[in-house]
Amino acid sequence: MIDLIKDLFGKIGSPVNLMEVCGTHTTAIFKHGIKALLPEGLKLLSGPGCPVCVTPIKDIDKVIAISMRNDVILATFGDMIRVPGGEKSLSKAKAEGADIRIIYSPLDCLDIGKENKDKKVVFFSAGFETTAPSVAATIFEADRLGVDNFYVYSAHKLVPPALEALLQSGNAMIDGFMLPGHVCTIIGNRPYEFIPAKYSKPCVITGFGAEDILAGIAMLLKQAIDGRAAVEIQYRSVVRVDGNQRAKDFINEYFGVCSSYWRGIGLIDNSGLRLSEKRRHRDAERVFDIDVIDYPEPSGCQCGLVLQGIKIPPECPLFGKSCTPERPVGACMVSSEGSCAAYYKYRQ
Amino acid sequence: MCFAVPARVVKINNLIATIDAHGARKDISLLLLSEEVKMGDYVLVHAGFAIQKVDEDAAKDALNLLREIAEAIE
Ligand code: SF4
Repeated sequence: MIDLIKDLFGKIGSPVNLMEVCGTHTTAIFKHGIKALLPEGLKLLSGPGCPVCVTPIKDIDKVIAISMRNDVILATFGDMIRVPGGEKSLSKAKAEGADIRIIYSPLDCLDIGKENKDKKVVFFSAGFETTAPSVAATIFEADRLGVDNFYVYSAHKLVPPALEALLQSGNAMIDGFMLPGHVCTIIGNRPYEFIPAKYSKPCVITGFGAEDILAGIAMLLKQAIDGRAAVEIQYRSVVRVDGNQRAKDFINEYFGVCSSYWRGIGLIDNSGLRLSEKRRHRDAERVFDIDVIDYPEPSGCQCGLVLQGIKIPPECPLFGKSCTPERPVGACMVSSEGSCAAYYKYRQ
Repeated sequence: MCFAVPARVVKINNLIATIDAHGARKDISLLLLSEEVKMGDYVLVHAGFAIQKVDEDAAKDALNLLREIAEAIE
């Protein structure tokens, strides 16, 4: 496969930058040592697809404030709890006595709710289209089972509007996109069709094995050689053109689209999900109605540029010096899917 | 965070399936699937839910496509 990539790249004869949008791809690319195999001039850039990395400081701070209430049990995915907020992280709040639980599935919150009827169970939920249907279905289950003490704090984001913002800004030099296989399992091809149509950039929805990633790269190069741009599917075992209709219906029923702030990048129109009006009684942001002061991004941190493929982590002056996975400054160093954490773990 | 793994369905009880992922058994929800799932099928699992049925034949299509690309550039 690598020979095929070399042949294809040779036919193009000029440098090519491809963006792997998804943090799970970033991790897989490092784990399989793919960058080292690629011919010189063929580059992979990480994109904004790491939910932990793009969750704003303000959301972290609000959730910490909620978690400090005596009547709250806060549940979240493991990656979220070490992210630095304005003053501290959720893991620090936990050490200070907040009841914070790491869960594997949002459904786990319903068991916690049933066992702790005198408490409010708040799920701090971050993630893309892959995760939103599971959260929606958990609310459906909470209604069905009468778990009235279950709330969701939604920091959910949508991938296509972020790519549109990236392309519109014109800052990053990207020749093609390796699209996130599991996000596309839910939403399919169509939400990305503006990329070839408006920006003439090839896109390939790619799986996560080493062979999948190499195949995705080969398919992107082939489009470039043919002078074509389209959204193609490499990850055919699970990605259908229309995605998963039932999962999309769950998103539409339980969430509404809103503008959303991406940490390090800024406000992007229609790029977030909050609970729909009908579910506002389960929306922790509205039920607890807390406000916190605004903190700026840590000074010197380049996460915003890293997330847009404009800089690579070693170009950040703090990388590996004051910022390491043990003592992260920015969110890109926290998540195992963050580009900075991946570069650090696999640095030579 | 969009991590998802394929796993084999070993038991089905209404909308709950028991899966075997590398020897570990776990119950997951089938609420998000519209396609019917049978015992022995593989499903893609994310955060306690099956989010798609795995279609091995379709995976072979992708391999054929690559073969075509390789042949086309020779
Ligand atoms: S190395 Fe640390 S400070 Fe620099 S961009 Fe990455 S997370 Fe931010």
